[in-house]
Amino acid sequence: MMDSPLLFDRVSKTFPRGRDSITALNQLSFTILQGKVTGLLGPDGSGKTTLIRLAAQLLLPDEGAIHLLGNSPTADVSHVFKQLGYMPQRFGLYEDLSVQENLTLYSHLQGLSKEESLSRQHELLKLTNLGPYGERRAGALSGGMKQKLGLACALLRIPQLLLLDEPTVGVDPMARRELWHIIQSLKNHGVTTLMSTAYFDEAEHCDQILLLHEGRLLIQDSPQQLMAALTGRTYLVSQISDHHPIRQLQEILRHRENVQDVRRVTEGIRVLIHKNRTVQQEKGETWLSVSPRFDDVFIDLLGSDGSVTQHPPSSFNTSYIPSPHQSVITVHELSKSFGQFEAVKNVSFTVNKGEIFGLLGANGAGKTTTFRMLCGLLPASSGLLHIDGIDMRHASSLARARLGYVSQKFSLYGNLSCDQNLHFFAAAYGLRGQTKKDRIQWALTEFDLHQYQYVNTDQLPLGIKQRLALSCALLHEPTILFLDEPTSGVDPLARREFWQRINLLASTGVTVLVTTHYMDEAEYCDRLVLMSLGEILAQGTPKEIRQLAKTSNLPEPTMEEAFISLITSHETDFLSHHE
Amino acid sequence: MNKQRLRALIHKEFLQILRDPSAIAIAFIMPVLLLFLFGYGVSLDAHHIPVAVVVEQNTQASNEFVAGLQESEYFAPISFDNIHDAQQAVINHRVNAILWLRDNFSTNLLSGEVAPVAVLINGTDANNAHLISGYLQGVWQNWLIHYAERQAHAISIPVTSETRIWFNPATRSKDYLVPGLIAVIMTLIGALLTALVVAREWERGTMEALMASPVTISEILLGKLIPYFIMGMGGMILSVAMAVWVFHVPLVGSLFLLLIFSALFLLVALGMGLLISSVAKNQFVAGQIAIIVTFLPAFILSGFVFDIHSMPSIIQGITHLVAARYYVAILQTLFLAGNIWSILLINGLALLLMAFIFLGLTWRRSHKRLD
Repeated sequence: MMDSPLLFDRVSKTFPRGRDSITALNQLSFTILQGKVTGLLGPDGSGKTTLIRLAAQLLLPDEGAIHLLGNSPTADVSHVFKQLGYMPQRFGLYEDLSVQENLTLYSHLQGLSKEESLSRQHELLKLTNLGPYGERRAGALSGGMKQKLGLACALLRIPQLLLLDEPTVGVDPMARRELWHIIQSLKNHGVTTLMSTAYFDEAEHCDQILLLHEGRLLIQDSPQQLMAALTGRTYLVSQISDHHPIRQLQEILRHRENVQDVRRVTEGIRVLIHKNRTVQQEKGETWLSVSPRFDDVFIDLLGSDGSVTQHPPSSFNTSYIPSPHQSVITVHELSKSFGQFEAVKNVSFTVNKGEIFGLLGANGAGKTTTFRMLCGLLPASSGLLHIDGIDMRHASSLARARLGYVSQKFSLYGNLSCDQNLHFFAAAYGLRGQTKKDRIQWALTEFDLHQYQYVNTDQLPLGIKQRLALSCALLHEPTILFLDEPTSGVDPLARREFWQRINLLASTGVTVLVTTHYMDEAEYCDRLVLMSLGEILAQGTPKEIRQLAKTSNLPEPTMEEAFISLITSHETDFLSHHE
Repeated sequence: MNKQRLRALIHKEFLQILRDPSAIAIAFIMPVLLLFLFGYGVSLDAHHIPVAVVVEQNTQASNEFVAGLQESEYFAPISFDNIHDAQQAVINHRVNAILWLRDNFSTNLLSGEVAPVAVLINGTDANNAHLISGYLQGVWQNWLIHYAERQAHAISIPVTSETRIWFNPATRSKDYLVPGLIAVIMTLIGALLTALVVAREWERGTMEALMASPVTISEILLGKLIPYFIMGMGGMILSVAMAVWVFHVPLVGSLFLLLIFSALFLLVALGMGLLISSVAKNQFVAGQIAIIVTFLPAFILSGFVFDIHSMPSIIQGITHLVAARYYVAILQTLFLAGNIWSILLINGLALLLMAFIFLGLTWRRSHKRLD
């Protein structure tokens, strides 16, 4: 297999941490297929980034050998950098330089001649649709545009091997689709790609999958093979009557003994049953056998060995049924402008008690601005804003006591332990004495944090940090919970566990307002609004929103397809209107 | 080494400098502020010191003595009727010293006895107290000579001192502060600014992207050295121009030698900046280290404000590790004394050695890898 562009032979890598060391990769061996796209998957901290950095020669292995582009591992590899394209997770764009200047810089660094450089830049600007933004500084681009520019910089000299570390994280669905399109088109140039990803739909489109877990290779196969192995174990369940919210059915199914995993999807509830078990169909339910998807593979391979906790929260009374007449959040013609720029224009919606309400939109659609006004962190320019009957313009601190807030960056103190963070937030929310002790104990138990109690939070995996952030926000028993992209960058298993908890909270009557990039998460919302360029495009249940995008070509649009078609048509309208 | 890549890196660095206001602030606005502060604001000379004068009996002799005080540019005498009020004025910080001529001053003087003059000095600021005491004695000596001449018989003083002040005859403190300041300014650009911009590349992930490109580590280092060398020399020329034309500090030595030795010191400063950034990969830590290890020593231990010879011997030993010390000596020599090779060579050699050490360590420590 010497013609493979990348071969790992029993590679190990450890990093010192204090007196201990952490094994990032353990005796890893694999080869990747020439001219194909190989997807690298695994939970947070499984060694994906280390693997890619080793392949890019940015780290040296402690043991084992890496054969890169047919070179022996001991040879001087300085010349291979010309045949290598690498895009780190935080892509290194010079933010003070314009799009054009960044491309010119990297084409010089790649040693392209002037003519080559100009023609490649032209092609890449076209491919990435960044043409109109050539003069704009990279720092002023949206997240998705930055990723596209980063990829373009790595592609100036068409590489033989392209290494991408989570190129689509934190990117809205439209930009994600464009990026994926570019990556697939590279196969025509004979480029071999190794990319890590947190998205299962991307994994399905890869030619080959490497699944890492705790620094070891769990499996290497084509996604089709892996999915085929699960045939007969995946079902779609729905209930015949519509009396109860669907999330209660989800809770019931999750506790069934033959069920391995339960997941909300567009069509209803998706169930993965344990191997060699049969279906147990109860009264009032319909079970429909469906073909497996990559999510099922991931859960089956990683969720079954018990290393990933799926601790079901227990102490909740889950019988709350949202009533459509009790509105908790009322927003009426809310606007916010920064100077000339209107970030939010005339936004109106209401959220009822016990609902999960989603705020969706591309990067820069005005979600975060709306959110900050709702939390009382930013004054509105005009419009009405009531939370739990309190006018946020006058008494925002009163309302804040009833809010729990988890910000995008989790706002934890990295050099304090879990326990110390909990104590701090409990004190900040005015809890004292026995109540404080009880609530901290509750948080540690309910969120399964006992084993991390005395660990500093900056050493925790993202998923655990997110759990801690949520527990901190719930210490004062708020009736309203605000979540600002709480799952961005968190691995799929942790995301799913997070949503299980949110689901449970909502069924106890807590109102949840959430923003997210992940379209599959939109299905967890009871209702949602879709925002673009500061305005609301559509409002309703996930089903209603999907229906809006229904065309003859697309009879059953997914949420992602609906999102893309609604936003594209709105932006085109907007641009034609303003020209 | 590939010229195209190096040129691209240098071009990029200048674009960033032009667009980032903080780089401009450190390289050009800070130096101008410091120069104005030290050129106009800070002075170690004593002028117009308020002194209380208590004359208990007005006579010709006492009037002459006070007139001598008034003529001196060092003092601003204020008359008090009695010693009690004058003491109160010292306590209230209205005056720094009291000159007390008692009622028997003239009587004693005329009768040929010893006529004591009482001087009380506020010693809180020890440095100032020394100055006042010295200046007052000067006034007293002048008066004594005049008095003797008028009496037409020379008082016999067996030994007299004839003072000549060399190199800075007007004893203007800005004449040596401003040249010394150039060392501080170049440390700021060479070490602090360089450490910050390299740390920023690590922070924003651009360094990782550079490492995975065909660029060599020498190109990355030179891509930082060359632009900030040019910036540092620019800062130096700006400071020299301001010193000569705004603050009228004489430049006795050769401008060419000044440029050569400045370039040498700048290499040391850049070496320290790059070495710091190979240890500290975020801007906050890099900035802290650069300030503590390079900027503050250049300020305090270089002999630019505080004389090295009057420091305790341990501290004097430490100053030998401070590159700015050698450069300050060169600067003060070239500005005020001229091309004195014995000083220039020794200090220049020390700088050359330090430049080799810091730049050599940087090259050895830098790898095209992340760990």
